[in-house]
Amino acid sequence: MINLTIDGIQVQVEEGTTILQAAQSVGIEIPTLCHMKELAPDGSCRMCLVEVEGARGLMTACAAPVAEGMVVHTDTPDVLESRKFILEMMLSNHTGDCMSCAANGDCKLQQYAMEYEVERGDFTGETCQIPADDSSPFFVYDPGKCILCRRCVRTCQEIQCNGTIAATERGFETTVSPVMGIKIADSNCVSCGNCVQACPTGALSLKAGKKFRKWETKKVLTTCPHCATGCQFYLIVKNGKIVAVEGADGPSNNGQLCVKGRFGSFEFVHDEGRLTDPLIKKDGKFVKATWDEALDLIAAKFTEIKKQYGGEALAGFSCSRAPNEDNYMMQKLVRCAFDSNNVDNCARVCHSASVHGLAITLGSGAMTNTIKDITEEPDVIMVVGSNPTEAHPVVGARIRRAARRGAKLIVVDPRDITLTKDCAIHLKIKPGTNVAFANGMMNIFINEGLIDEAFIKERTEGFEELAEIVKDYTPEKVAEICHIDAEDLKAAARMYAKAEKAPIIYCLGVTEHSTGTEGVMSMSNMAMMVGKLGKPGCGVNPLRGQNNVQGACDMGALPEKFPGYQNVADEAVMAKFEKAWGKTLNHVPGLKATEVLPGAIEGKIKGLYIFGEDPIVTDPDTHHVERALTSLDFLVVQDLFMTETAQYADVVLPGVSYAEKEGTFSNTERRVQRVRKAVDLGTNARLDTDIFIDVMNRMGYPQPQLTSAEIMDEIASLTPSFAGISHARLDAGESLQWPCTGKDHPGTPIMHVGKFSRGLGYFYPAKYKPSIELPDEDYPILLITGRMLYHYNTRAMTGKSKGITQIVNESYIEMNFKDADRIGIKNGDKVKVSSRRGELVTTARVGRKVSEGESFMTFHFPDGNANLLTNAVYDDIACIPEYKVCAVKIEKN
Amino acid sequence: MAKAKTTVKFQGTLEQEQALREVIEAHKDQPGALMPVLQAAQGIYGYLPVEVQEMIASGLQISVAEVYGVVTFYSQFSLNPKGRYNVSVCLGTACYVKGSEKILEAVESKLGIPSGGCTEDTKFSIDVTRCLGACGLAPVMTVNDDVYGKVEPKKVAEIIDSYMNR
Repeated sequence: MINLTIDGIQVQVEEGTTILQAAQSVGIEIPTLCHMKELAPDGSCRMCLVEVEGARGLMTACAAPVAEGMVVHTDTPDVLESRKFILEMMLSNHTGDCMSCAANGDCKLQQYAMEYEVERGDFTGETCQIPADDSSPFFVYDPGKCILCRRCVRTCQEIQCNGTIAATERGFETTVSPVMGIKIADSNCVSCGNCVQACPTGALSLKAGKKFRKWETKKVLTTCPHCATGCQFYLIVKNGKIVAVEGADGPSNNGQLCVKGRFGSFEFVHDEGRLTDPLIKKDGKFVKATWDEALDLIAAKFTEIKKQYGGEALAGFSCSRAPNEDNYMMQKLVRCAFDSNNVDNCARVCHSASVHGLAITLGSGAMTNTIKDITEEPDVIMVVGSNPTEAHPVVGARIRRAARRGAKLIVVDPRDITLTKDCAIHLKIKPGTNVAFANGMMNIFINEGLIDEAFIKERTEGFEELAEIVKDYTPEKVAEICHIDAEDLKAAARMYAKAEKAPIIYCLGVTEHSTGTEGVMSMSNMAMMVGKLGKPGCGVNPLRGQNNVQGACDMGALPEKFPGYQNVADEAVMAKFEKAWGKTLNHVPGLKATEVLPGAIEGKIKGLYIFGEDPIVTDPDTHHVERALTSLDFLVVQDLFMTETAQYADVVLPGVSYAEKEGTFSNTERRVQRVRKAVDLGTNARLDTDIFIDVMNRMGYPQPQLTSAEIMDEIASLTPSFAGISHARLDAGESLQWPCTGKDHPGTPIMHVGKFSRGLGYFYPAKYKPSIELPDEDYPILLITGRMLYHYNTRAMTGKSKGITQIVNESYIEMNFKDADRIGIKNGDKVKVSSRRGELVTTARVGRKVSEGESFMTFHFPDGNANLLTNAVYDDIACIPEYKVCAVKIEKN
Repeated sequence: MAKAKTTVKFQGTLEQEQALREVIEAHKDQPGALMPVLQAAQGIYGYLPVEVQEMIASGLQISVAEVYGVVTFYSQFSLNPKGRYNVSVCLGTACYVKGSEKILEAVESKLGIPSGGCTEDTKFSIDVTRCLGACGLAPVMTVNDDVYGKVEPKKVAEIIDSYMNR
């Protein structure tokens, strides 16, 4: 420890602490402009100069480390004079006008000018005359207001790791700019807006920022409604309307956001297309109804079906975008009022393979480590079937940061994604060959003596059987199956196995296959074989796709699980829930969502309650989904918008968005975080939990009225892994990851430490099986589907952002230049894409991103939804559809 | 005045690329590799167009914007090649007082490129210099090794024209 004196106060801090940090620790404020705590000291703005006794000249507090016996003064006349001088210099070349500046009231330069009583004054002469760049749909860069602190540049280079901007030129020409002085809109900018948030003045400001002043707004801390990274942010509210989003210092994002979070999270809330009243379909047309009419009709119809066909003829799809409390009440509704276990959520079509697979091998179907841990600790990171810089951009940036500090990346993905630019090894495998790849890795682990024998012996079972299987998967054979180089595979195996800390991070490229569950188990097989589980910087880490898809599963919106993955088939569990809910429940595990739809066509399912899902758009083989929905006797859709699926409903109910309610989301790392009400729209839309409670009561199940916090208390009382979680604890500032088994339990950042949830970890003996529909003469190209940066699933949220839709709002297909040449297609041409199930017209993006014989589409865009083409065939265990592989034909349109 | 962005088409050869790759390879694991690599690259190509900056960025695993920031900071680096005839206008004190800024403007307008630029046919380029030691002749401009003293703006076109057809 180092002892020093700052302004007469004795301070004791650790060695390596800066004077600035030491001063902050005792509440002494030193002004800074270029300093950001997330970045290394820059020392360029000179605002933080302090006097150190015995030192020559003033020192920058942000950069100077403390020393034993140091005597620091932060407010001597010299210091104040120097700060004033710096501010005068800055103001002399500050061409902006505070009156019209978006940062008015939220500007450090303005604040310090006031504090130090500095006015524009003595320095006249040349000023910056570079015009503003307003090419981004979201923000403006005005060099005239720029103090060249480079916070934006360092944020872009070192935090976002996108490297779009730099400080360029010199003297009065110095400006922050992309390469060759091109406009932001023409650069590789990903519109994360983190540079804008970093700017201490109005040089980088939100275009929307002109419409509000800081003092007119209130800030509501909540959780991002997009992917499951669980970024914390503030909704900025003026006069009952959300006007902007600002990143907050959450455990997974540390203030950082992506374009979807920052610019796609609020326009949809206030969109004119929001449903405002219940609608009942009469003679094929929707007619406004009162809540009583709609709820009475729903209760009567579902009760009638239940009486005639039994509870098993009813089903509910819960919403993995909605809070835990909503999901809990939805599954309770299905179980207690429908007398059915036919409840599921859209994890079925994204990560059900993880939920099942990791439960089988490890005992718990969730990410084992934390986002911070797997990006800051490891020396090697293996990313499989995941494109985090687009689908989980904040995690993606953290992985790029890891690469910057020297961690080696292994990327296993069929496309050249952003991460492949930073990686040590890219295994560009053929889609659908994950099991072969993993078996090949393990063949090398075993043959080269890279396995962790002690770990295998003490903590696992099933090794011998799997070892026998992987014998056949020689690097050469795997190279042929996966279309990769055997030497690259060997290098990857050695790099991963020999690393002290190396996590596997994977996503839908592993799960969305007819062998998805085996693919997932192959991931845990690899990790267990080299002892990389239950430790910091390691683990098997599925990145969940939606804000609360982890929570929807945790809450028991699953046909065979009660909340907390307690088995419906377990009689003791069943007895506990029957007692708590005061009701005899259906003991038969229910149908999965992907079984419910075929079940509707077969006539087994008669009534369906869809909460916040849009399967017409999101499920494979659109025509098949249409047939299923039209086969139902009665369909209720509860949503924010009149979705494609809602068009098929008999009754449509208006729920409310995450910004209009209290609750919690569980992010991909099992962290339960608060969702807080920011606005009230004043329409007839109602809290979703209140709607469920009303339906339950009208169907004869006496469900008392509960607030969101009370619902969480009920969840905690019935769910051991949530036993210690409450709104009160979260509101008090605690950050809890389940399992959190008691009021004093701090939560569990890393799972399976010392012992697997299952007891012994299980090596699942998986053999490689090819995808079900492979290219042939008629349909010669393999189609992969996935997400892109700017949009999110059905575009229900991102599609309402004017800025985002200005950047991209049309479908496209990525194809290899060799295939394009052969068919006679040029980049930008319109093409017809067809499969055995449907066809569409879209635009070709020709290049090398995908391999020859392969193509890629998203399902975001109605003008060319890949799900018209995808194949509704399923994994045997999790029933997840094979979105990632089907065969198509591409022709010139 | 900002340096002109590259105004000529990139025509690098495979040999040049090979030479650059060797330089990158030799420096890439050193701290502060960018400066020596940029200096060598300018030696190889004569200038640093974006294509070369991109090769350097990807070779050194840094962003191309970062490379560009350094290129534009140091006056020794150029985004344009020198033309066959490099017109250099002195903006040193004596020449400046004698109105050499007007000479520079005349050269820029005659050739249709800003200072630091190069004509598309790579025949002419313009740069500015600080004092050629010929203050007695101010304002001074040079075309390659030919020195022109006491230049008047209206004479500029004539001087340039005399190189046009060489």
